[in-house]
Amino acid sequence: MQEPAISPDLIAAHGLSPDEYDRILEIIGREPSFTELGIFSAMWNEHCSYKSSKKWLRTLPTDGPQVICGPGENAGVVDIGDGQAVVFKMESHNHPSYIEPYQGAATGVGGILRDVFTMGARPIAAMNALSFGEPDHPKTRQLVNGVVEGIGGYGNCFGVPNVGGEVRFHAAYNGNCLVNAFAAGLADADKIFYSAASGVGMPVVYLGAKTGRDGVGGATMASAEFDDTIEAKRPTVQVGDPFTEKRLMEATLELMQTGAVISIQDMGAAGLTCSAVEMGDKGNLGVRLNLNDVPVREDAMTAYEMMLSESQERMLMVLKPELEAEAKAVFDKWDLDFAIVGETIAEDRFIIMHDGEMKADLPLKALSGTAPEYDRPWVEAPQADSLGDIPEIDPIDGLKVLLSSPNYAAKQWVYEQYDHMVMADTARAPGFGSGIVRVHGTEKALAFTSDVTPRYVKANPFEGGKQAVAEAYRNLTAVGATPLATTDNLNFGNPEKPEIMGQFVGAIKGIGEAVAALDMPIVSGNVSLYNETDGKGILPTPTIGAVGLLANEAEMICDTVRDGHVALLIGDTTGHLGQSALLAEVFNREDGDAPHVDLDAEKRNGDFIRANRDLIKACTDLADGGLALAAFELAEEAGVGVQLDAADTPTLFGEDQARYLIACNFDQAEALMINAAQVGVPVTSVGRFTGDSVKIGNSEAPLAELSQLFRTSFAVAVA
Amino acid sequence: MRAAVLVFPGSNCDRDMAVALKAAGAEVEMVWHKDADLPLGVDVVAVPGGFSFGDYLRCGAIAAQSPICKALVAHVERGGYALGVCNGFQVLTETGLLPGALMRNAGLKFVCKTIGLEVATSSSAFTEGYSAGDVLSIPVAHHDGNYVADDATLAKLRDQDRVAFHYTENPNGSTADIAGILSENRRVLGMMPHPERAVDAAHGGTDGQALFRTLVGQLENV
Repeated sequence: MQEPAISPDLIAAHGLSPDEYDRILEIIGREPSFTELGIFSAMWNEHCSYKSSKKWLRTLPTDGPQVICGPGENAGVVDIGDGQAVVFKMESHNHPSYIEPYQGAATGVGGILRDVFTMGARPIAAMNALSFGEPDHPKTRQLVNGVVEGIGGYGNCFGVPNVGGEVRFHAAYNGNCLVNAFAAGLADADKIFYSAASGVGMPVVYLGAKTGRDGVGGATMASAEFDDTIEAKRPTVQVGDPFTEKRLMEATLELMQTGAVISIQDMGAAGLTCSAVEMGDKGNLGVRLNLNDVPVREDAMTAYEMMLSESQERMLMVLKPELEAEAKAVFDKWDLDFAIVGETIAEDRFIIMHDGEMKADLPLKALSGTAPEYDRPWVEAPQADSLGDIPEIDPIDGLKVLLSSPNYAAKQWVYEQYDHMVMADTARAPGFGSGIVRVHGTEKALAFTSDVTPRYVKANPFEGGKQAVAEAYRNLTAVGATPLATTDNLNFGNPEKPEIMGQFVGAIKGIGEAVAALDMPIVSGNVSLYNETDGKGILPTPTIGAVGLLANEAEMICDTVRDGHVALLIGDTTGHLGQSALLAEVFNREDGDAPHVDLDAEKRNGDFIRANRDLIKACTDLADGGLALAAFELAEEAGVGVQLDAADTPTLFGEDQARYLIACNFDQAEALMINAAQVGVPVTSVGRFTGDSVKIGNSEAPLAELSQLFRTSFAVAVA
Repeated sequence: MRAAVLVFPGSNCDRDMAVALKAAGAEVEMVWHKDADLPLGVDVVAVPGGFSFGDYLRCGAIAAQSPICKALVAHVERGGYALGVCNGFQVLTETGLLPGALMRNAGLKFVCKTIGLEVATSSSAFTEGYSAGDVLSIPVAHHDGNYVADDATLAKLRDQDRVAFHYTENPNGSTADIAGILSENRRVLGMMPHPERAVDAAHGGTDGQALFRTLVGQLENV
């Protein structure tokens, strides 16, 4: 095949700016070949290089005594005691999911699972945070159905329980849905595998599925805005094969046991290019690949296509040559391809041979080390509009509007399509707060949550960033867990717009302050920019995935509410209604400032919950929908009615932070009040769980009627 | 009592099955699908849930052709016991050890939830620990659990009291709410719900315990 000549159009089609191309010329001192141009575009796109975000990501707290490995590897590694570690990360697959929802979402799940088992950890839990456009937008139904089915199709077959996540709807996502996939795995703390190659002349081995033309240029696609030509981008979406992934996982973990693995890197975005460069760069070595040895499933693939393919379920490893036969036997057992495709070399070169020709000869370090980095101009987000008058509303009517919105209705339509019990260690199913998975064969358990309130982040990026972390902290706390660490999945619009960059900077500052104060360092993450269509950006959506530890079953707060239990509110209530769910859903307004987060209060109140676990039957944090929605959810879960004394809108629907609602018996309530007084934690008795109706002030409705609304509205809206 | 749990490359409930059998007192051995023989002295062969070969084709169709399934068929023909759960049930129908087939769920979607399961007969080594009419809470998790058989087969299943379990609320469209069936000699049970996910109070409840305990107890005394 005749390779196209390098032209300004070709350079632009690779997502490289004229400045960036000049930089390439400077680095290699000549015009790049077509393959080399492809390699640079793969390494330097936003998705792989973090060129707009790096400067700010560096400011995040990433360290702590519990952290074994922070950002920079395939996933973060955190100590959970007894020589064990939890390995986790969250990653977006937004652009592909919008183009091809089933495969886009499926391969998003596949990618994050691979990140986890590449480190030597067996995946034990998954979550997915999804954002879609308005329910009645013509594309939404198809996207929701396709994405949910794709996540289920991949995760169910692979065999990892899906224990949590979020699903939200907002007009700002009409042209860009968000699919943020989280996975966590379990490993021995002293048997973590990294990507840095070591030793010269070591075999570079290709494992897993064969390479096809799917996903060529995917990472570059994911670094661009959308317009009406988007359908033409379908071929850039990869196709997932969870059965191969399952075998790849088993084979990889088995291979690691043999001691043959020196370093390992999965092939994700930008496939062979990114993984080979990563291994060489981290190990200060060069890499030579012979593409004729790469297992392929299509005829006549060019070097360019092979280097940029994003075919799924593939791994690259550097192996100990003396253990090659053992390694191959493991892969034969699982019927997976195993091919030596190159070697490590002493020179700092990335050399690609194909059909006896040298298709690329580039300085390897410079490919990642000198990737462009931008200090994008940004402007502070403008002060939020002041909050207009809010009409009084009957509290039951307000609650009904929330329960009938797919944003707040029960999500069982979604999670019943996910196997959330496989591995038989799910101690708390998804649907309400954190999911919990036991650490198999031990007393311990891990709690998982994912949170962000994009409305807040838009109104006030700094407070919104703090709030996302605080809500994750509370969700872990409410089940009794001690928060350990965090992964962040930062979804924003076009960073070349100073106001979007301002949202990003503000959110990062808020997240940084909160994770420091709450001791939940960021150990991994992912940035997804350019979530815009025809110039319209999404709501800023920095999803926070967080993991907490329960030392034993007794630490778990998981009793159910019973008739006669007291409803206690922990934390201060001022009745903050700006940017509240009530405003958005009932009055179709998004005005006012986001609630401010007092991190000292968060810490104090969270510690109080943990210290008094034994006195608490059931607990939930207060978030969207405030006291009214939290009380309903606690009651509904147990099938018991609830009476709240308050009748005013701010008290019932205000979204002040650092609050929890507790159910307990009378004696326990008394003890909690005494203990709270000693440590300065505000506690208020707000009502009682009893009967078979929901009574708020003087307004009342049968629990069964509200429950029916809550349980069916989601499917009505999108199924 | 010795149990063998078959492991296909896409099995993902194999460990759970082994845990449940061990908790009931069985000695358990995992057996790889490429093996041509079962370990000597195996009393019961458990075919676990999962996606044996990806199930891109008919679920369980490729697994049924694997070397170990020939050994499974021979084991059953010798009068051995077998338990197939979820994908295992699909494999048992594909090998012809149980009649009928499992089609795509009527709702076309994967369904994972805890359902009501009514014991239809207590007359088997698997269900003796229950009484007919008992309603158990047991999780289901499948995409293809819609049991279908021709009228003659259904009549035979009914007449021979071989329906082991019914759904109280049919989650997948199965004919006559059938959730599990027995072979003619009552030594092979195939069921879509996962009793191995209901042997622990902290996960899915304990309603599945009696199945494993009874099975192990019965075979201990053989």
